[in-house]
Formats: sequence, structure tokens, C-alpha cells
Amino acid sequence: MTENIRLMFTPEFFRAILLPALIGGLAVTICSSLLGVTLVLKRYSMIGDGLSHIGYGALSVAAVMNLAPLKVALPVVVIAAFILLRLSENSKISGDSAIALFSTTALSIGILVSSKAGITNDVSHYMFGSILAMSKSDVILSVVLSAIVIAAFIFLYNRIFSVTFDESFARATGVNAGVYNMIFAVLTAVTVVLGMMMMGALLISSLIVIPTLTAMRICRSFRGVVLTAGTVSVVSFLIGMFMSLLLNTAPGASIVIVNVFFFLFFSLLGTICRKRS
Amino acid sequence: MKKILECSKLNASYDGSDVLRGLSFSLNEGDYLCILGENGSGKSTLVKCLLGIKAPDSGRIILGNGLKTADIGYLPQHTNLAAGFPATVGEVVISGCLGRRGLRPFYSSKEKETARNAMKRLGVADLADRSCRELSGGQQQRMFLARAMCAAKKLLLLDEPVTGLDPTATSEMYQLIGDLNKNDGMTIIMVSHDVVRSLECANRILCLCSRDHSFFGTPEEYANSHISSRFLGD
Repeated sequence: MTENIRLMFTPEFFRAILLPALIGGLAVTICSSLLGVTLVLKRYSMIGDGLSHIGYGALSVAAVMNLAPLKVALPVVVIAAFILLRLSENSKISGDSAIALFSTTALSIGILVSSKAGITNDVSHYMFGSILAMSKSDVILSVVLSAIVIAAFIFLYNRIFSVTFDESFARATGVNAGVYNMIFAVLTAVTVVLGMMMMGALLISSLIVIPTLTAMRICRSFRGVVLTAGTVSVVSFLIGMFMSLLLNTAPGASIVIVNVFFFLFFSLLGTICRKRS
Repeated sequence: MKKILECSKLNASYDGSDVLRGLSFSLNEGDYLCILGENGSGKSTLVKCLLGIKAPDSGRIILGNGLKTADIGYLPQHTNLAAGFPATVGEVVISGCLGRRGLRPFYSSKEKETARNAMKRLGVADLADRSCRELSGGQQQRMFLARAMCAAKKLLLLDEPVTGLDPTATSEMYQLIGDLNKNDGMTIIMVSHDVVRSLECANRILCLCSRDHSFFGTPEEYANSHISSRFLGD
């Protein structure tokens, strides 16, 4: 353990591996927790999960065909996000079963293609994530994305609230809810693909869903939920990362477990507060 | 009396089938209109057309006196929106000011004042910091009415405002809407299923009876017409 700590603070390791992981990871964490507030409250939680499986399929196909992974996965997932959002709005087809259909299909294609081609190593990275192997371009993309998401949440905050809370009222007051849904679909898709490379396809939806659920245990206001979800996710990320380096555990899973711990803690806190009042 | 709204020869369809055919009516400032009709008669489609969410197939809706569609205060049909949503009453009410903001990102102090006044007017001012999850059905509807007041300059459009309320809260709600009409000079358009109450409080009735047939006139005219017998039962 002490060996691990000593290694963590060697300048080479810090600059080459830890720093990019921290910057990229924090950026993706902030994006997913903020977008998660809207997705959870609009009852679109499963979209993040579905998109990650679709992304996994796309990345596997890209790996087998020797194409740049991001260039294939990003457009595929963005298009899938549009389709899933449309399906969820359309009451004729049930949204959650459509997501299940899409995501399992994509997942199967991914597994089929990669097992046939015999490439399992690269592809398993996308299943479980590899935050310590983030490339420079991944980090830059994550930082740009998070800047866009944070700016959107500051400048469009009131519109985001209105569209999230009551879409039919927002439309009636002249807010173009369709455009906001589209912006959300694109941002979510990009976040999911980046988050998948870092956390893995299996765990990225937890970064989207858990911080909001945690914040909702104790917050009364929308503003409170947004701020608390962002803060909790950042703190969980830092603790989880540190823990994984210290104990040699998988980073993605460690971060999720810390998030779950916060969820349980806040649930308890919420119950105590309600009993008192 | 100034004309505030005029619909002429409105045709609209929903899911490919015509629901409104050749609908014409007009309202003056200060009118209180109740829209009656069975499920599927086109009430919701008419509401969407009035709000500008849906474009009619043909015909025109003309708003008078400098009113824009974004100035219509809208109370959507009862949903379970507030049930699990973390938002304070204050946050919900001020979101009614959004329509008049243009592209400016934050609320001005004038808009905060508007929201405070609306909350006072509807008796939810002391609930401003409460979460809307904790409100009773009647309090929730008053919160939504306060939000509609923030958006409204002269016209309130209420889509079945008393659905799901208990008898006491229903009476309070009708009282409040009547007050807003008489004392605050609001023009009211209300979609309703309650024919008897509608005839009591409104001064105009629009009944979407069947696809080709609609009635528009005063409550007295409606009560004396053969259409009403189906609803009133005599």
C-alpha cells in the first residue's frame, strides 16, 4: 500500500497517467451528473444505459474494422440518441422496451463481431473502462464537452428547468422544447461515449443516475438538486480514484461504489430530517 | 368592448382525422368562456391551436389588442407532474415568466416581483420555499394558476382545472377563477366537464358537440337549445 502511494506521487506517473485521468474523469463526471438531473427527472434514465450498449457495439465494430473508435462511435450514438428520444416521446411504442430492443441488439452485434475476429482485449476495455489509459485527444474532448454542458446549465438554467418540469407549459410559453430535447440528446450521447471509455459500458449509466437520486433524498429545490448532484459526483470520483490506486481496485467500480455509499448516507440523512420536522 | 380573440373557420386534425371543422367564435376582453364537449371532441386540439403549439389546417386565430400567444397564461391538464419532482413553489411559479424573457438568461427583479405578487394573489406566498411534492391537490393547482398568472397579460387558458380535486378545493378553485375574471379583469377560457357549474359561472359557452356541429353563445341560449338536453338530462 505504501508502495502504491509512493508510486502515485512520482512525477512521471502523475504527469503521464494520473493527471489526464483526473482532468478527463472530472470533466465527464460533471457532465454526466448535470445531464443526469434532467434525464432522471424526465424519466429517461434508461436512455444512458441503452446508449452505452449501443456505443459498445459501435466501438467493437470499429476495433474489428481497424477504424478510429471515436469517429465511429460518436455519430452512431448521437443518431441512436435521437431515435430513442423520439421513441420515448411517441406514446405508440413504449420507450423502455424500445431501448431494451436497441441496446441488446447493438450489444450482441458488438460481441458477435469481436469474438469472430478474435479481438477481445481492446473490446473488454470498453466493457469495463480504462480511465488510466485516456489519450490526450480524449481528455481535450472531455474538457470541451464539460465546458459546453456547464455553460448550458448556467445560461439556459431557467429554460432547462421549465422543459424538465413541464414540457407542455414550456411549449405554451414559447420555449422550443424540441430543440432542447435535441441538444440534450447530443450532449448525452457524447458524454456516454466518453464516459464509456473511462468507466465502461456497464457502469456509465450509474454516473448519470446515482448523483441525482442521491441529491433528491435531501433537496427540496431544483437548484439544490443540480448543485448537490454535481458536488457529490465530483467528491465520489476523487475518493473512488484515490481508493482504486491505493487498493489496486478497478477505478470505475470503485467510483460507483463510493456513489452508492453517498446515496445510502443521504437516504438516511433524509429520513432523519423528515422525522424531525 | 375590445375583441381579444377571434377564431374563424378553423379546421384542425388530430392523428389524421378531422376533429375541428369550420369552427368560428370570438371573445371580448373580460369574457368568461367555458368549452364543453365529450372526450375526443377536439377540446385539446383547440387548446393547442390557441397556444400556437399546433398549426390549424386552415382558418385563422387572431389575437386582438397586442396580445401574443406567449402572453396567454396556460394551466395544463392535471398530471402527476409535481408528485416526485424536487422543485420549490417559488421556482415553479417564476417559470411562468419565461415566455416574456426573450433570450436573456436570468430573471430580473421585476419578474421576481411579478412572481411574488402572483403567489400572494393566489394565497401560496407562505409556501414559496416548500417543495411542491409536499402540497395538497388544491395547493398544487393554485401554484400552477399562479404560474399561469405570471405568463398572462389578459388571458388565462385553463384546461380542466378542477380535475382530481375534492369538493371543497373545487369550490375554492371556481371562486378564485371567478374573482380573477371579475376583479382582475382577466379573460378566462376554461375547458370543463362540469356543465352545470359552467352555466353558472361563464358568460359564453362553446360546445364541441360533434365534428360538424358546434354551439357558441350565452349560457341561457345554450340551456334553451336542444344540444344541452343531452348533457343536462331534461
